Amino acid sequence: MIPKRAITALVTTAFALVLLFSFKTPGGATLARSTGTSGVAVVGNATTSGSSTAASAGSGAGTTSTTTSGSATSGASTDSTTGTGSATAGSSSGSTSASALKDGKTTGATVTTRFGPVQVRVTISGGTITDVVALQMPSRDGHSQRIAELAEPILRQEALQAQSAQIDLLSGATYTSEAYAESLQSALDNAHA
Amino acid sequence: MALRRVEPVMGTMVSIDVRDRVVPTDAVDGAVAWLHEVDARFSPFRPDSEISRLAEGTLAEVDAHPDVHIVLALCDELRRDSDGAFDARAWRSDGRLDPSGLVKGWAVQLAADRLVVAGVRAFAINAGGDIVARSSPTIRGSWRVGIRHPDHIDRVASVVAVQDGAVATSGDYERGAHIRDPRSGGARATGLRSVTVAGPSLTWADAYATTAFIKGVEGLAWVARHEGYAAYAITDDDRVLWTEGFERYLAAA
Repeated sequence: MIPKRAITALVTTAFALVLLFSFKTPGGATLARSTGTSGVAVVGNATTSGSSTAASAGSGAGTTSTTTSGSATSGASTDSTTGTGSATAGSSSGSTSASALKDGKTTGATVTTRFGPVQVRVTISGGTITDVVALQMPSRDGHSQRIAELAEPILRQEALQAQSAQIDLLSGATYTSEAYAESLQSALDNAHA
Repeated sequence: MALRRVEPVMGTMVSIDVRDRVVPTDAVDGAVAWLHEVDARFSPFRPDSEISRLAEGTLAEVDAHPDVHIVLALCDELRRDSDGAFDARAWRSDGRLDPSGLVKGWAVQLAADRLVVAGVRAFAINAGGDIVARSSPTIRGSWRVGIRHPDHIDRVASVVAVQDGAVATSGDYERGAHIRDPRSGGARATGLRSVTVAGPSLTWADAYATTAFIKGVEGLAWVARHEGYAAYAITDDDRVLWTEGFERYLAAA
């Protein structure tokens, strides 16, 4: 028999999730999607976007780990899309101790903040987090909510010219295909022969 | 000790040029491994990729890898933002799902982010003409990026300087008319031969360049409505157009 308190907690969690996922930023930058992993993400001090570190670590059914940094302002959890995992949602400040972490790499849920989505990938080795990589951070991709507020830009123009200049890199549309890559690779292989 | 590495991946050659004196080679290896991982999962040319299996109907979207969900969510966001000009689910003539227009820029941006997280301060990644570059005053200044001339493979039309950001170009001078307008189902609108977009993230610079190329001249103004992004185009009638925001890149070169 499931304790009444647990049911209350689950209902509260579900309600919190509905609230979280129905929250829309002004530009409509909502990226919250089910990712097939259960986990908790806590976003650090959101007023200084870019400096916050958030880790969301998905793990097997029933286990959840949380890493927080700074003052937490929002937390979200996505339930498993297959419906087999049990998701726990919460937000907290400070550190939360983690229970048994499975070794490997895990991509956390995408968490929508008013500055944009945050998502990280965590590497767990020997039961501890050994690496956290930001897959999405507001400082780079948080532009979306400010779309369409600028005036029509002025277009300048001049005649096309061909220049030969000292450059480090070349930007251009290139032919991209497997065949192209294979061909180039064989060329490189030949160069080593 | 600097490092330069060229890797055939994602249907193109990706070069990674690190100028830091101390190079965390693990991080470079990790970035390259990540690109191969993305290639295996997203390539429409591989029958066993998740994208191919989604298109074939042998993989349900809910069962796809989290990264597939992320990319499809970004594609859907851009479809709405572009009024359907960018549509990963409709741009191909056979109607197959193909998020390639967004995957490469996204993957390369995340590869660059890995290098940053590992402490690399001055580097450039060039993935078949789509570039992320970062500079550090103590190591090297901004990177000079040439925008390819459509008629002369060994010449550039303009040069821009990039300190910390991305540059991507979309055009049809190499692949024929490979970019279709999903709204008309056929030829795109435009009169442009290439569109170059500069901005903070290659995820969007690359996808915006593709989208603006489909939209035509109006696509340049559309790009500029995204804060931090600027566009430059070469037209059919041999003119060069750019949005105001692009001038700081041109002026710095």
